[in-house]
Amino acid sequence: MRLIVPLRGVIQGRGGLFVGSLIPCCLFYFLQLYLKRRRPPPTDPTELPRTSSRTNLFSRGNSIGRVRVSSRAVPVAKPSDSPYYIGLERVKTDPYDRIKNTDGIIQLGLAESTLCFDLLQRWMSENLMESMMQSDDGEFDISSIAMYKPFEGLLELRVAFADFMSRIMGGNVSFDPSNMVITAGGTPAIEVLAFCLADHGNAFLIPTPYYPGFDRDIKFRTGVELIPVHCRSSDNFTVTVSALEQALNQARKRGSKVSGILFSNPSNPVGNILSRETLQDILRFAQEKNIHVISDEIFAGSVYGDKEFVSMAEIAGSGEFDKSRVHIIYGLSKDLSIPGFRAGVIYSFHEDVVNAAKKLMRFSSVPVPVQRILISLLSDVRFIEEYMTAHRQRIRDKHIRFVEGLKQLGIPCAESGGGLYCWVDMSSLLTSYSEKGELELFEKLLTVAKINATPGTACYCIEPGWFRCCFTALADEDIPVIMERIRQLRESSRS
Amino acid sequence: MVLLSRKATCNSHGQDSSYFLGWEEYEKNPYDVIKNPQGIIQMGLAENQLCFDLLESWLAQNTDATCFKRDGQSIFRELALFQDYHGLSSFKNALADFMSENRGNRVSFDSNNLVLTAGATSANETLMFCLADPGDAFLLPTPYYPGFDRDLKWRTGVEIVPIQCSSTNGFCITKLALEEAYEQAKKLNLNVKGILITNPSNPLGTTTTQTELNILFDFITKNKNIHLVSDEIYSGTTFNSSEFVSVMEIYSGTTFNSSENTDVLNRVHVVYSLSKDLGLPGFRVGAIYSNDKDVISAATKMSSFGLVSSQTQYLLSSLLSDKKFTKNYLRENQKRLKNRQRKLVLGLEAIGIKCLKSNAGLFCWVDMRPLLSSKTFEAEMDLWKKIVYEVKLNISPGSSCHCEEPGWFRVCFANMSEETLKLALKRLKKFVDDGNSKRSCQKSESQKLKGSRKKTMSNVSNWVFRLSLHDREAEER
Repeated sequence: MRLIVPLRGVIQGRGGLFVGSLIPCCLFYFLQLYLKRRRPPPTDPTELPRTSSRTNLFSRGNSIGRVRVSSRAVPVAKPSDSPYYIGLERVKTDPYDRIKNTDGIIQLGLAESTLCFDLLQRWMSENLMESMMQSDDGEFDISSIAMYKPFEGLLELRVAFADFMSRIMGGNVSFDPSNMVITAGGTPAIEVLAFCLADHGNAFLIPTPYYPGFDRDIKFRTGVELIPVHCRSSDNFTVTVSALEQALNQARKRGSKVSGILFSNPSNPVGNILSRETLQDILRFAQEKNIHVISDEIFAGSVYGDKEFVSMAEIAGSGEFDKSRVHIIYGLSKDLSIPGFRAGVIYSFHEDVVNAAKKLMRFSSVPVPVQRILISLLSDVRFIEEYMTAHRQRIRDKHIRFVEGLKQLGIPCAESGGGLYCWVDMSSLLTSYSEKGELELFEKLLTVAKINATPGTACYCIEPGWFRCCFTALADEDIPVIMERIRQLRESSRS
Repeated sequence: MVLLSRKATCNSHGQDSSYFLGWEEYEKNPYDVIKNPQGIIQMGLAENQLCFDLLESWLAQNTDATCFKRDGQSIFRELALFQDYHGLSSFKNALADFMSENRGNRVSFDSNNLVLTAGATSANETLMFCLADPGDAFLLPTPYYPGFDRDLKWRTGVEIVPIQCSSTNGFCITKLALEEAYEQAKKLNLNVKGILITNPSNPLGTTTTQTELNILFDFITKNKNIHLVSDEIYSGTTFNSSEFVSVMEIYSGTTFNSSENTDVLNRVHVVYSLSKDLGLPGFRVGAIYSNDKDVISAATKMSSFGLVSSQTQYLLSSLLSDKKFTKNYLRENQKRLKNRQRKLVLGLEAIGIKCLKSNAGLFCWVDMRPLLSSKTFEAEMDLWKKIVYEVKLNISPGSSCHCEEPGWFRVCFANMSEETLKLALKRLKKFVDDGNSKRSCQKSESQKLKGSRKKTMSNVSNWVFRLSLHDREAEER
């Protein structure tokens, strides 16, 4: 409390002193009260400031001693503090092996599928040599794989991709190869789109929970911010227009310029599939606010539920909306289980974006021999049909087993129809219903149960206790092992 | 209409440069000995096709490498899932050894200090992201590879300030020119973060001399915040290995490990690629080599944006581990390049056209100043257009390489057959012979060298500003 003693009060004596100090103090307190009332109320009592500590760490800059690298490289060079990456690193130190290391850490943190390798291996052994080496006249010609080719990808590859994408997305949408640019995986695709659609300091709205890799893909070098739009379990974590509206308004109040909305569908990490109506609502909202829509559809072919997958491209092409604001990301890492090959797609209805992306591909293009293999693979319609049927069926089977195993432990999962993972509600295992409690559980799962699952914190989930568990690299016999470990962890926590 | 970013809509991609325009013209009307004998001959693309036969025969004999097999066993599963940005260790080891071999084993490379990228293009851009912030500058000796305007500046927001080199001393870097460039950058309020050289040089085709390397090292020893990046993508194209001195060799012979030397060495970085030496630009394989742990750490993570496919890494690890093959290849490659360069040089000499004496590269730096109607860049552009559209040869004008003197052109010789080269020389001869009679009366008095230098200096600041102002506004935080 500040004592303000007017001179007159002092001069006039005790009474004046008392009044002279009381009145300013009262005024001061009334001012504070008034200002407090005027402050905007906190948006959500359960909202946890999850991102703030991380961004503060980044902006601290050159605090790691002598630094030779640029300021923007400093946060990149430091080891990541995200549980997503920490978990992945820990598995490498002690990876589970069914025969050689039965006590190792079981990897449930990496969304990759090995369920259909038998089919891929067979195709490779039958077709690899010819697909890479053969030129039009049937002779091997090294110039067909060695020389400079357009960085945006061979036309034959874009044609093959367009056909493949149409097929796996239900056949209701067709893709034009001239709107397509082939990238070295989904990672550069996202970054390039961010460079094209937003300036440094602009932002994308992104529904949470979201794939932790987006932080790296968008924030490392583009200078674009990600503004979370929180979704709740009550809606099965489906984004609503009102949440988008609220987030956009708050961003504008803070002086942030929002350039677009980025979301994944099927969503990662929840695995739900956005309905046609939701997609239309999103596009309508974007049109109203004159911003872009980026739909990451990298799991489009990994749909195993009953719900139909609808691509944003289909909505854009319906004629009802201005499609030049719609951009799609795709890749072969998830649906075709070949992340090592590095092949992704930017598909945009905006000619200037396609042209800019083409030029930017000189930094991220796919090796020509790999393009040749992919042309062969994606054009083999008979194989693709066989593969996609098996892929979906096997994910579905594995999903049923995994979810059933968890159910028997009394652990529910969110409803999902796509992706290589499920979104598991482990809140019953938390010692405290908070971010801290969740991270403690993450640590216990890693060190005691020896399971790496990605905690919701890493995905900016607003409700504690959710974990993403990837199950498509598991053999059936691994599932009971996992469930037993979780059961034991729960027992030991209770005692 | 929804807005795009400034980066997408500006022209810092440099695609409007005559270097790329020439390429586009060639694409519209490409020469083919059978299908289009009147087409434009591509002499503007530095591709090495002289040793394709060696590569073809290796691939035919080593099917395990191309079919995802190791000792007959399929390793498809391992390769299909491999996306570790640290790279396949067998490939990095083989690449580090190959880089050593290229330098006559005078220096060894530690594969832990190597970061793989999608081509040297990506390596250079990534290094800029790691070493410089938007608005910082790198000094580059002119003439330089036109692609740098895009690769080093576009997304990074970094500026290039030229170190002017002139034909009076064979375009060598001088201490004076380096200091003038540094002062110029300061005048423009640009923070100089480093110097980038291409060694051997593109477009000159010369190896950086020991004198020049000493000048550069003295400068970065004195100025402790400045990096030296050496793009050594043409290291294997030196006609005689002993003439190439890599920046990494500078302290390798010394025994003192003083902290000053370590500090300088940590600010020296090499960029490499297999696109020129091995003639495999389509494979998109590049690398950054650095002794600085932070640079390696940051660059490794950024390489996520351009990882080399596991298929390609595996194939190349087999190729480069075959020491018999690499030894023979490097030797043959040098021999064939030297022969081909000689043919071009002699052919041009016969037409009365001189080249800068070169000992490396896939091109010659050709002096066409006598063919200019006037000693101006406008005249150079006129000449270039005639050569592209009338003579039907795509060559790169010096102005696209930021050469301070008009009349120089880069002419590539390793991306065609000998017959095509002969045809190109024939076409050029006809053009020169036809033009000689018209040209003799048209030589005008050129400006004094000092006056033209002042003009080019102010041209530099205007040019730097024009290209950069747009993006600098965008980069202001």
